[in-house]
Amino acid sequence: MCLAVPGKVLEIEERDGTRMASVDFGGVVKEVCLEYLPDLCVGEYTIVHVGFALQRLDEDSARQTLELFTQLGLLEEEFGDPWEQAARQDREVPR
Amino acid sequence: MRYIEEFQDPRLAQRLLEEIHRTVTRPWALMEVCGGQTHTIIRHGIDQLLPDSVELIHGPGCPVCVTPLEMIDKALAIASRPEVIFCSFGDMLRVPGTDRDLFQVRSEGGDVRVVYSPLDALHVARENPDRQVVFFGIGFETTAPPNAMTVHQAHRLGIRNFSLLVSHVRVPPAIEAIMRSTECRVQGFLAAGHVCSVMGTEEYPRLSERHQVPIVVTGFEPLDILEGVRRTVLQLERGEHHVDNAYPRAVRPEGNAAAKAMLADVFEVTDRSWRGIGTIPDSGWRLSARYRDYDAEHRFPVADLRTTEPADCRSGEVLQGLITPHQCAAFGNTCTPRNPLGATMVSSEGACAAYYLYRRLGDGAEKQEANSVV
Ligand code: SF4
Repeated sequence: MCLAVPGKVLEIEERDGTRMASVDFGGVVKEVCLEYLPDLCVGEYTIVHVGFALQRLDEDSARQTLELFTQLGLLEEEFGDPWEQAARQDREVPR
Repeated sequence: MRYIEEFQDPRLAQRLLEEIHRTVTRPWALMEVCGGQTHTIIRHGIDQLLPDSVELIHGPGCPVCVTPLEMIDKALAIASRPEVIFCSFGDMLRVPGTDRDLFQVRSEGGDVRVVYSPLDALHVARENPDRQVVFFGIGFETTAPPNAMTVHQAHRLGIRNFSLLVSHVRVPPAIEAIMRSTECRVQGFLAAGHVCSVMGTEEYPRLSERHQVPIVVTGFEPLDILEGVRRTVLQLERGEHHVDNAYPRAVRPEGNAAAKAMLADVFEVTDRSWRGIGTIPDSGWRLSARYRDYDAEHRFPVADLRTTEPADCRSGEVLQGLITPHQCAAFGNTCTPRNPLGATMVSSEGACAAYYLYRRLGDGAEKQEANSVV
C-alpha cells in the first residue's frame, strides 16, 4: 500500500469541483486526484500514491542522473593506473 | 522516459556496484528508512551484491507494520458495529489484533470494504447516507495528504456520516528516536524519497548535524538504492555528514507546498506509539480541533480495550534493525503471510514478509532465490 508509483497523465477533468485525471500505469488506468498538483498537464509523469498525484517527475534531472551513472568508472578507465587495472581484470576472470 | 525500466538497467547497476566496491575501505552500517526500499533491496538481492563491509539495516518505514496493536483493536471494535461500513487499504485486513483480524470481522458479518483511495471511502459514504462510514487512516507523510484532502472534502461537501480513524506517523522523529537509542548502530540513512517528495528536505539538515550522520534522499528502483548507498558511503569515507538528494527527479527541496498547507490545516502533531518500538514524541498526526468531529475515536467509544502482543513475535527487534527475520524462531514456521503472528509478516513492505517472499530458504540458497539485478 505504501508504494507510490510513476504514471502518465492521459486526460484531465473537473468533477464536483475537484481536479481529476486518468493516469496510465503501464497499461492499468486509474482515476487520480490532482488537487495537490493543479498545474500538471496531459502527457506528464507523476508520482501517484493512493489515488493522489503527489509530485511531478522531472525528465531533465532523470536524464542527468542516468548520464551520471553512465560516466561512473569512465574517468578511471581513461586516467587510472594501467597496471592496477590489468591486475583487477585478472582477478575478475571468471573461475 | 518511463521512469521505471531506465532505473533498473543491469549494466548501470554493475557500474554503480563497482564504484561502491572501489569507494569502501571500512565497514559501514546504513539504514534504509522506507519499507518500499526494503522490498526492492531484498527482491533484487542488492544487499548480497554490496561489499560485505556495507550492511543494510531495515528501518521501521512500513506503515502497516508500525500501526500499534491498540489501534488495530480499535479498528476491529469499530468495524464490528452494525451501523458501520469500515473501509481500509487491503493490506490492513490480515494485521493481527489481540484476538482476530479484519478478515474475521468480515466473516462474522461486519461490513468491511477494501478501497484503493480514501476518496473511494468518501464515495461509499455518499452512497450510504444512513450508515456510518469509517476510513482507517494509516501511513506516513505520503498517505497523510490524501487522507487530509478527503476529510477536507467531506467538510466542504457536508458529508457528515464519514469519519477517519487516524494513526498517521512522521519519519523525522523516528530517525531522531533511532539515533538516540543506546543500541543504535546506524551510521548513515537512506531517507524515504516519496516522503520527501511531499515534505521536502528541510527537516533533515538539523538531524544530520545533531547526530553527525549522512542523510541521502533515495528513490525506490534498484539504481536509486545503489546510488543512495554510493553517496552515503562516499560521505562516510570522507568523514563528512550532510543532506544529499539522490532522487532529484521526484524530490524538490521545498516539497509539495499545497500538500503541506493541507496537512497543517487538517492535522496537528501528536505523540504516537509505534508497534514494537513504543511511544515516540511528536511522531504522528491527529485531526486538528477544527476537524475533530470527523475523528472516529470521538464518534465511537473505544477507549477501554485490553491489548496483548503475541509472546513469540520479535517484530519490535526486526523493526529496530536489531535482528533479521531469520533470527526469529517463528519465521516460516508458525508465522507466514497467510497466518502472520506479527504485522511485519503482513505487508510486502514488512521485512519479515519480504524475506519470506524472496529468501525463505536461509543463507545457502538465498542467491538463486533473489531476483538479481546483474
Ligand atoms: S517472523 Fe513473524 S513472529 Fe517472527 S518477528 Fe516476524 S512477524 Fe513476528
